[in-house]
Amino acid sequence: MKNNKKVAIIDYGMGNLFSVKLACEKVGFDSLITNDKPEILQADALILPGVGAFGDAMNALKKMDLAETIKEFIKSGKPFLGICLGMQLLMSESEEFGMHKGLDIIKGKVVKFSNKNEKVPQVGWNKIIKAKDWGNGLLKNVLNNEYMYFVHSFYCQPVEKEIILSKTNYAKIDYCSSFQKENIFACQFHPEKSGEKGLIIYENLANLCQKKN
Amino acid sequence: MKNIRIIPRLDIKGPDLVKGIHLEGLRVLGQPEDFAEYYYKIGADELIYIDVVASLYGRNSLIDIISKTARKIFIPMTVGGGLRALDDIKNVLRAGADKVALNTAAITNPEIIKEASKKFGSSTIVVSIEAIKQPDGRYFAFVENARGQTGIEVLSWAKKVEELGAGEILFTSVDREGTGLGYDIELTKKVAESVSIPVIANGGAGNLEDLEKIIKEGKADAVAIASMLHYDFIKNNLSQRDSSEGNTEFLKSGKTFSKIKTAGVSEIKEYLAKNGINCRK
Repeated sequence: MKNNKKVAIIDYGMGNLFSVKLACEKVGFDSLITNDKPEILQADALILPGVGAFGDAMNALKKMDLAETIKEFIKSGKPFLGICLGMQLLMSESEEFGMHKGLDIIKGKVVKFSNKNEKVPQVGWNKIIKAKDWGNGLLKNVLNNEYMYFVHSFYCQPVEKEIILSKTNYAKIDYCSSFQKENIFACQFHPEKSGEKGLIIYENLANLCQKKN
Repeated sequence: MKNIRIIPRLDIKGPDLVKGIHLEGLRVLGQPEDFAEYYYKIGADELIYIDVVASLYGRNSLIDIISKTARKIFIPMTVGGGLRALDDIKNVLRAGADKVALNTAAITNPEIIKEASKKFGSSTIVVSIEAIKQPDGRYFAFVENARGQTGIEVLSWAKKVEELGAGEILFTSVDREGTGLGYDIELTKKVAESVSIPVIANGGAGNLEDLEKIIKEGKADAVAIASMLHYDFIKNNLSQRDSSEGNTEFLKSGKTFSKIKTAGVSEIKEYLAKNGINCRK
């Protein structure tokens, strides 16, 4: 059933956005890949996807005046989802190829896996382990220890530990694989590539929009 | 410990799923969409589609197959065969692919790896290396689906593609491909140990032990499997639609291929788990 909720997927030239779009459409969203400020602000939900380098991504966001647009959208209280690099960009800074300032919406750093015995990037499926109750947020109906699909070399270290929803173990560390602070949700894994379990997250995003109205 | 990925590999010719030996002598097995959806449902970790006749011109059948399946399949899909330029890559990504596999284009113009990984992200760019052993014992990379000799030595090429920004390597032993004689463990191990990016082993899986060996001894991060899975699918889905053209005699004969002990995705994962190898359940 179509719910006709509109989701804007931010297009800032970083990576492939079509898988995200297809997942949104699968759960009934009208989806729009855009970098247009009014279109973004009018949407019922906003997704910041992305793969690639942190510094390039921040430069692109600033150049296209998207950094402020994202902050403005978040202030509206409507649901926001950051995926992979889109999660990392929310942080204060990243150590990727020198230090880079992030959007600084969530306090904390982005750091690299340092274990020499595991391949970096991590490419493949891994478990998300509950760090606290998932409640009615975007992980509602997802099981503890569910497998999700990851591709990344860096991970987020939020200062506020209480926002961490799940942790994942790789390269001998338990790192933050998703967090939620108010209407800001972010995950290091790709829910659009994580099978039917990942699609639950998109369904939850659509349902959160409906509740607002 | 990391989870090993089980990746069905679908060789495509025109609208059909095909399978050959040493990438030649292609037999038609059925409709790729049917196989792809089935593998998604039974727990495949990713899918690889390769256009084996490299006939990727504009909106060809491979683009159509990807567009159709991308709305139903939400695991990573890698597409390769005949991708020559950044625009070709853009087109398959727009059709719903998540990664592309480059071979001929990468060897002819290695800079495309750099440009493509910058434009689309390293994790989107898989370089496919097709290796054939030479009479003097060296291994060379081949192009044009193993029809063209390059004189480029496999290990140095693997290191070079990593430097240029490739996110993964799809490593095929053409000597073993389609034979069911097992993967080339020694060579795969050398490749896997010479790079830090993941290596997907391809070519030769005939039974469950072969899979265990290529992971434990060959150090593969993922395994691509064709015949074992495809013939298992055919056994379990007897009401195959007739394919319109191509070499379908083998399929109609009802024979299976003697060297191949078929297995489904869950059977493979259970076997590997029993032998100490982690997989997504």
